[in-house]
Amino acid sequence: MTLASLLAQLLNGLAGASSLFLVAAGLTLIFGVSRVVNFAHGSLYMLGAYVAWTSVAWFGRGPVGFWGGVLLATLVVAAIGALVESLLLRRIYAAPELLQLAATFGVVLIVRDLTLATWGAEDLLGPRAAGFAGVVDLFGRATPTYELLLIVVGPLVLAGLWWLLVRTRFGVQIRAATENRALVGALGINEARLFTQVFALGAGLAGLAGALQLPREPANLGMDLAIIAEAFVVTVVGGLGSITGAFLAALLIGLVKALCVVVGTVEFGGFAIAFPKLTLVAEFVVMAIVLAVRPYGLLGQPAVIPATTPVAEFRALIRPPGRRSLAAALALAAVAALLPFTGDEYRLILATDILVLAVFAASLQFLMGGGGMASFGHAAYFGLGAYGAALAFKHGAPMAFALAAAPAAALVGAVIFGWFCVRLSGVYLAMLTLAFAQIVWSIAFQWDAVTGGSNGLVGIWPAPLLADKRDYFWFVLTLAGAALAAIAWLAQTPLGYALRGSRDSALRAEALGIDVRRTQWMAFAIAGTFAGLAGGLHVFSKGSLSPETLAIPRSVDALVMVLLGGLNAIAGPLLGAAAFTLLQDGLARATDYWRAVLGAAILLIVLLAPMGIGGALQRLFARGAR
Amino acid sequence: MNRSLRLHLLAAVAALATVLSPAAAAQPIKLGELNSYKTFPAFLEPYKKGMDLALEEINAAGGVLGRPLAIVSRDDNGSPGDAVRVAEELVTREKVVLLMGTFPSNVGLAVADLAKQRKILFLAAEPLTDKIVWENGNRYTFRLRASTYMQTAMLAPEAAKLGRKRWAIVYPNYEYGQAATQAFKKQMMALQTGGIEFVEQAVPLGKIDAGPVVQALADARPDAIFSSLFGTDLARFVREGELRGLFRDRPVFNLLGGEPEYLDPLKDEAPVGWWVTGYPWYAIDTPPHRRFRDAYQARYKDYPRLGSVVGYSTVQAAAAALRKAGSTDTEKLVAAMKGLAFDSPFGKVSFRALDHQSTMGAYVGRTALKDGKGVMVDWRYADGKDHLPSDDAVKAMRPAD
Repeated sequence: MTLASLLAQLLNGLAGASSLFLVAAGLTLIFGVSRVVNFAHGSLYMLGAYVAWTSVAWFGRGPVGFWGGVLLATLVVAAIGALVESLLLRRIYAAPELLQLAATFGVVLIVRDLTLATWGAEDLLGPRAAGFAGVVDLFGRATPTYELLLIVVGPLVLAGLWWLLVRTRFGVQIRAATENRALVGALGINEARLFTQVFALGAGLAGLAGALQLPREPANLGMDLAIIAEAFVVTVVGGLGSITGAFLAALLIGLVKALCVVVGTVEFGGFAIAFPKLTLVAEFVVMAIVLAVRPYGLLGQPAVIPATTPVAEFRALIRPPGRRSLAAALALAAVAALLPFTGDEYRLILATDILVLAVFAASLQFLMGGGGMASFGHAAYFGLGAYGAALAFKHGAPMAFALAAAPAAALVGAVIFGWFCVRLSGVYLAMLTLAFAQIVWSIAFQWDAVTGGSNGLVGIWPAPLLADKRDYFWFVLTLAGAALAAIAWLAQTPLGYALRGSRDSALRAEALGIDVRRTQWMAFAIAGTFAGLAGGLHVFSKGSLSPETLAIPRSVDALVMVLLGGLNAIAGPLLGAAAFTLLQDGLARATDYWRAVLGAAILLIVLLAPMGIGGALQRLFARGAR
Repeated sequence: MNRSLRLHLLAAVAALATVLSPAAAAQPIKLGELNSYKTFPAFLEPYKKGMDLALEEINAAGGVLGRPLAIVSRDDNGSPGDAVRVAEELVTREKVVLLMGTFPSNVGLAVADLAKQRKILFLAAEPLTDKIVWENGNRYTFRLRASTYMQTAMLAPEAAKLGRKRWAIVYPNYEYGQAATQAFKKQMMALQTGGIEFVEQAVPLGKIDAGPVVQALADARPDAIFSSLFGTDLARFVREGELRGLFRDRPVFNLLGGEPEYLDPLKDEAPVGWWVTGYPWYAIDTPPHRRFRDAYQARYKDYPRLGSVVGYSTVQAAAAALRKAGSTDTEKLVAAMKGLAFDSPFGKVSFRALDHQSTMGAYVGRTALKDGKGVMVDWRYADGKDHLPSDDAVKAMRPAD
């Protein structure tokens, strides 16, 4: 590697960093003001690219078509953002924290299908940027002028945003709302309008970033999910709500990735390390390191607003289950046990899936609802359990031992990762769990010899005793029932109370002699263990597993199930898992556009029952009892 | 018309036929199909059209075993877990006589293992992984498309002819890309005597950082390039590589690069002179292909992609198996599939009894630009049967049934 090639790669890294910054800037702006974890930000970015492509198709490849398209994309996507905020998110600001995440997830599904219906499945290659189609010679290498333009655009946007935030009245309001939104409202500023404006601004930046990506990448349907995780990472590494921080973080990650590519394969005392392969997780490794050193990112501030919902009504839902609830649960289990006699084998398979996912969701609910610690990477423990069981089984352990290995493997992971995570709070904590999950995922994905790499492992079927679907269902019903009961019981033990106390006021809990971190760490270990058990049951019901068992979509599914079911309702996980599974199964069979319909169904549930299905039911019964 | 509606209509037609002529009292034979329709729509929309075309042709000709065929299709969400669930639904609720389809390798392998467990025939249409017929092969699983190994073996002799010493390899960082890279290196070292060296760049699937990757490859100063990129990654690589002059005076080989699914989106920026495997639909004038292409274009007002051929051939293969078995019984179907010969748009294809791999080949040629579109020229059909390892090598890899 020569100095010239290193410098040339630094330029590449800077260009990559610039386009990353544009996406992340909008995300961090939106989060700063509204605390919305906008999962649909990647979808807005994707729409930007498609709108710009359409503009070029209409107005030609010249400056009007392309640069007009960039402008058009920015405006159109900003308008879409304003629409999403005012029609959807505004209605659920008072709902439990993170419910917006489920809502924006619904938006992701809808936008995907609408984009497919509008623009078709084929990738759409855009033109090179008008006026920046060529190359110049730098360091003896042909360097595209468009890369140089991008390197300039990033800082320009940063300067523009800085001017907006520091020099204008609108900016002052945004900064005030970022620091304390309740106070802003109390001062008579129209909060609703401010939120809509900020959301439109952030969405417009996403649209701009998408449009500017068009000369580098064809508009395609994978753009939304390809960018969203990375954008979150940049936002969090920079410090939530900090535009300058996002810029620094984008620089850091862009350069690290370019360096991984340039270093190539290096021999270290007999070991060959292929650095290019690290690009799969580079950003998550960077995030884990940064958060371990700086719990609020590079330039972030501790949140003024508590991590959990300030709305007392939602917390009041937690009380020990009464005699009637117990009777209802037992009756439900008894009815479920009769399911195999209905003769429909597929119903059993669905019911098995629901039970397994219910345990998975319950473990996350224990952490999120009781502990106030959201995990965006809960699939890690599910997957560790699944891989633990599968590997034990593949190495000759009988099913019983293999199944026992599942919670054990997950427990080890949860204890290690939890130790780091409980030092953080709020979204930072959630993102660190995601980083760990992605690191585990990349190991499973790349360690061919042990995990089977991207293909995974097959041939993990239950012992002959449980091979029949009915027997396996009863087995799962027993274990899952016990697990769900145990999780519900744990919430009522002193540990459960200490955990909720730590969530609601860490200071008071400490004063009462509760070791907050230790309590939260234990909650992490418990949640991980149960998620691992679910993973073990899952792998034996499917016969195979691959890295998607611990990939981001599974973590998101778990979050959506918990939120749909109700963050604090005892029956929430079961209801959420059932609703999600049955909706997906039924809709996929009924319509080609099942993703959009599933998204719409999620939005409907979120709007009609912001406390989840379980919360809504509890309220209904409570009213009936009165 | 959506799938379930079509199924209902078919059932209604069948019911009507029952009333009108008791002799034709025929319930449709149900084929269970699952695929990642929403995850890989660019490949699978044409695939589904091809599948439907074959179904219509077969039923217009009187169906199979005196009964109409019906396809029950499901979306597997690109996930092995979901695929196993919908496959179970097809088997238990829809009572399908066989399973077919799937796109990504991990899904294909999961369903193959389910087929073994459930003892039902599985015809894997699209997955390219070598393992599905070799290391993880089983009695009930058959695979249609030419595998990663086969397609690499079609290109490697051409590459070896050039006698270049220093090769740069770029591949998507998952099993397909890894297997292609490994197979290419192995075959090149066997074919080409004398020193040969490789530099590699593994890129995350769908997220290639084209600028740095192209720069790093150029700085390695290779004599030639072997790539197994496809889709978005390929488009980004091509554009960035052209801009930065990576391909100047360097022969480039790209697995799958000539497939319309991946070549057509490049429009007038399609690379010129690359060696690729693919499907030149516009130029193949064999009678079976002409017939297929005409029927397809008449039916859909669109040209066929490779996915169309795969979908069409999958259904034809399933129908041929049913005819040969004379029954819908799984064991009889498995016996019929071994050595089964059937007519595909690429000509006669058969499923090897040895490892259940079909001999369907691919077209090997070089890319060119014609009327602002990428095409394949100087192509030839590489028959699958000529690009497989020796029988002994296959037996050593494949577990006994």
